[in-house]
Amino acid sequence: MNAEIRPIRTPAEQALVAALETLPAGGDRLAELRRTAARSFTENGLPHRRVEEWKYTDLRTILREAVPLAGPAAVARAEAGLKLLGEARARRIVVANGAVVPELSDLADLEPGLSIVSLAGAIAQGDERLSRLGGLVPARYDAALALNTALAKDGVLIEVAPGATIERPVQVASVFVGEAPAASYARNLVIVGAGARFTYVESFEGPEGVAYQTNSATEFLVGDEAHFDVVRAQDESATAVHLSTLLFDVGREALLHAFGFATGASVARTSLYATLSGNDSKVAFNGAALLKGRQHGDSTLFVDHAVPGCESRELFKHVLDDSSRGVFQGKIVVRQAAQKTDGRMMSRALVLGDDAEMDNKPELEIFADDVQCGHGATCGAIDEELLFYLRARGIPLKEAQSLLVQAFVGEAIETVEHDGLRDALVARAEGWLKARA
Amino acid sequence: MPAVQETVEQVRSIDVDQYKYGFFTDIESEKAPKGLTEDTIRFISAKKDEPEWMLEWRLEAFRRWQTMREPEWARVSYPPIAYQELYYYSAPKRKDGPKSIDDIDPEILKTYEKLGIPLRERDALLGIESTGGSKVAVDAVFDSVSVATTFKEELARAGVIFMPISEAIREYPELVRKYLGSVVPVTDNFFATLNSAVFSDGSFVYVPKGVRCPMELSTYFRINERNTGQFERTLIIADEGAYVSYLEGCTAPMRDENQLHAAVVELVALADAEIKYSTVQNWYPGDKDGKGGIFNFVTKRGDCRGDRSKISWTQVETGSAITWKYPSCILRGDESRGEFYSIAISNGHQQVDSGTKMIHLGKNTTSRIISKGIAAGHSDNTYRGLVSAHRKATGARNFTNCDSLLIGDKCGAHTVPYIESKNSSAQFEHEATTSKISEDQLFYCRQRGLDPEEATALIVNGFVKDVLQQLPMEFAVEAQKLISVSLEGSVG
Repeated sequence: MNAEIRPIRTPAEQALVAALETLPAGGDRLAELRRTAARSFTENGLPHRRVEEWKYTDLRTILREAVPLAGPAAVARAEAGLKLLGEARARRIVVANGAVVPELSDLADLEPGLSIVSLAGAIAQGDERLSRLGGLVPARYDAALALNTALAKDGVLIEVAPGATIERPVQVASVFVGEAPAASYARNLVIVGAGARFTYVESFEGPEGVAYQTNSATEFLVGDEAHFDVVRAQDESATAVHLSTLLFDVGREALLHAFGFATGASVARTSLYATLSGNDSKVAFNGAALLKGRQHGDSTLFVDHAVPGCESRELFKHVLDDSSRGVFQGKIVVRQAAQKTDGRMMSRALVLGDDAEMDNKPELEIFADDVQCGHGATCGAIDEELLFYLRARGIPLKEAQSLLVQAFVGEAIETVEHDGLRDALVARAEGWLKARA
Repeated sequence: MPAVQETVEQVRSIDVDQYKYGFFTDIESEKAPKGLTEDTIRFISAKKDEPEWMLEWRLEAFRRWQTMREPEWARVSYPPIAYQELYYYSAPKRKDGPKSIDDIDPEILKTYEKLGIPLRERDALLGIESTGGSKVAVDAVFDSVSVATTFKEELARAGVIFMPISEAIREYPELVRKYLGSVVPVTDNFFATLNSAVFSDGSFVYVPKGVRCPMELSTYFRINERNTGQFERTLIIADEGAYVSYLEGCTAPMRDENQLHAAVVELVALADAEIKYSTVQNWYPGDKDGKGGIFNFVTKRGDCRGDRSKISWTQVETGSAITWKYPSCILRGDESRGEFYSIAISNGHQQVDSGTKMIHLGKNTTSRIISKGIAAGHSDNTYRGLVSAHRKATGARNFTNCDSLLIGDKCGAHTVPYIESKNSSAQFEHEATTSKISEDQLFYCRQRGLDPEEATALIVNGFVKDVLQQLPMEFAVEAQKLISVSLEGSVG
């Protein structure tokens, strides 16, 4: 990329830099981590179209206006705002405007081997597990993550002890509360011990009509032989900007499945960085996004095969109605040592709206010879013949379309292992289609 | 053939720098002063006896070029090019322009003979009778000038214009002026702009309305002189309903330093016309330590300007130290079609960053991309491509298949496709795979008595079959041989 001299900062960048300058000097490792992130943001600013990783999502334009940091949320209003995935009966921890709300969080009777604390609490108590926070760093500067590292003050720290099996999923439910545009930052750390079995859920929502910004980052340290599932549901208001970063480090012979479901936000970008650092692990990163109006949804992922014998699978589905825009950027890197890697990536888009747009960039970067890697990308309208078949049997057009869309996203949602969560997501997809008809 | 002898030969040939065309022709040449200034451009323009507008065009490009930066996005790395240390023009010395083939310096004729390119029509005919193929007209470009063009008269009878572009600028200025720079604008990119300023020769083809070009046309590029860059410019126009098949070949001597080759190729297909452009690129790739070799920074683009027009690119890339090349199609006319078939083989320390762009603008446009990358030795092989559908490109269709094969564990194969669809009725499909030669396939071949080299060549030939089939017959045979040569020494 050409180095560019950018003497002018946007108002939002200026405001962010000013906010970062108020970070206190001195302090422990975390304070230093914040300052380093702040410095890299001050140097690099917000990415724009000429930054390859943000080619299709011009963050500098999207975050043109500066918004203040979100203040504390009223408990009752936070509670009223929570709607996502309640039916799955997960253990719910509520994060409103970037801070854990203890009154709404189910922290009683934790199963043996499960530990959940707020990040702010952990910082106050000098929790030694914080030494593992900020350990996962992408190879290249990521503005959203840098801002999160510098500005997040709270979030959730979850640890599952080695060998523990936690049946009930834990849901970190993020909600925005307020009438005026504001930005909230939350940071989570999830440590899954060796051989543990655990399901982690994240959800994001907020009030319609408010141009708020959510910036969330979660680090996952997945131990050897762990069996770990992540399910995310993002249904932010159609006026919100949603940025999230997921960082994974996966140990030996682990089984990891992550699924992201997105229907919300005016602009959403999820960046996923996964490093496979233990041999013979199996990972899958899947997702589905249903977009309409002028929504913009970007899923970007980097899967780094650093060691031999791992298997990775990616399956992403986009359904694009009206003039929405879907973006999928996936990159599988296979390092020289990572022989016997098996990597497959697939991105499929179904374009319903005449003005909808899909941008696919599935990349492979391979340095080992004894590997099997492939990727595929398709994009197109609903198959006319399938529609005709259904309509010939008396099914009205919209309904026929719905059935086909349902089958299309179903393939991805079916990969969710937890019954309650899968049913909840299927219901949400059906709801989206009903609202369309 | 006695097996023993064969084995001996094969053992001898197992070396990366088995480049067969690496000889140098010792011939007196005339060069422009070293470096690049407006004077250099005036010198080239004056040498070519160009009209004023052409000189202006070049100077404008040069001024623009001075404000541009070399692109850095490709996955290649090379030491900075000292643009002022190059010679931008080099031509074999001669008293007058050759009137007939007999006036050409015998040294040059010998060079082309050695390369297997017959410049005498009589020889060409003889050679062809023995292979049973069809006639091929050749334009031979030696450093900065075209030294011979064969079968000109026969082509002229059909109305086809086939001549060096420097001649075309003088003889058909209206045609050249109308189309030159209309597909690859002067300001397109760093190397294309440089080429616009200093291009010296290349081929010009015009096939008039409804004419099917009676023979294959071909240009053979040869870089001979030390420290010179070759900047050729090719312009091919197929008028309504015309058809032409064009072949391009290239070689250079073996040298320690890197040499720059920055060409521009422009194709224009009007309504119902078809252009088939095939390349066998065999520039010197450098020695086994990565020293020397050609930097091949080429801009190739075709414009399917008319409805139902078709442009097809087929390329076999085995040479060059660095390849930076993206033959593209702009599918402007309704129902136009673009095709790209490519085999890129890298060995030693070669770096390839190549691919295509299919830009769908018209309705019901279709395109097809088949790319096969083979990386061996310490090389890096990248496919980089764009498929895009404009909002108005209703019914656009694309199918892309790019496969990579890795031989050895020191090389890299990369795929960077961009697929952008702005139209709901566009159907894009893309698939890519990377793998190594399967042990089962190797075992099967070896069990039947093939040695590892032969087995690899056989499997690789199978791997690239889809592309080889697209090549004209004469080229396919050569390409097949090239593939086995490039991969020699890469097994194990």
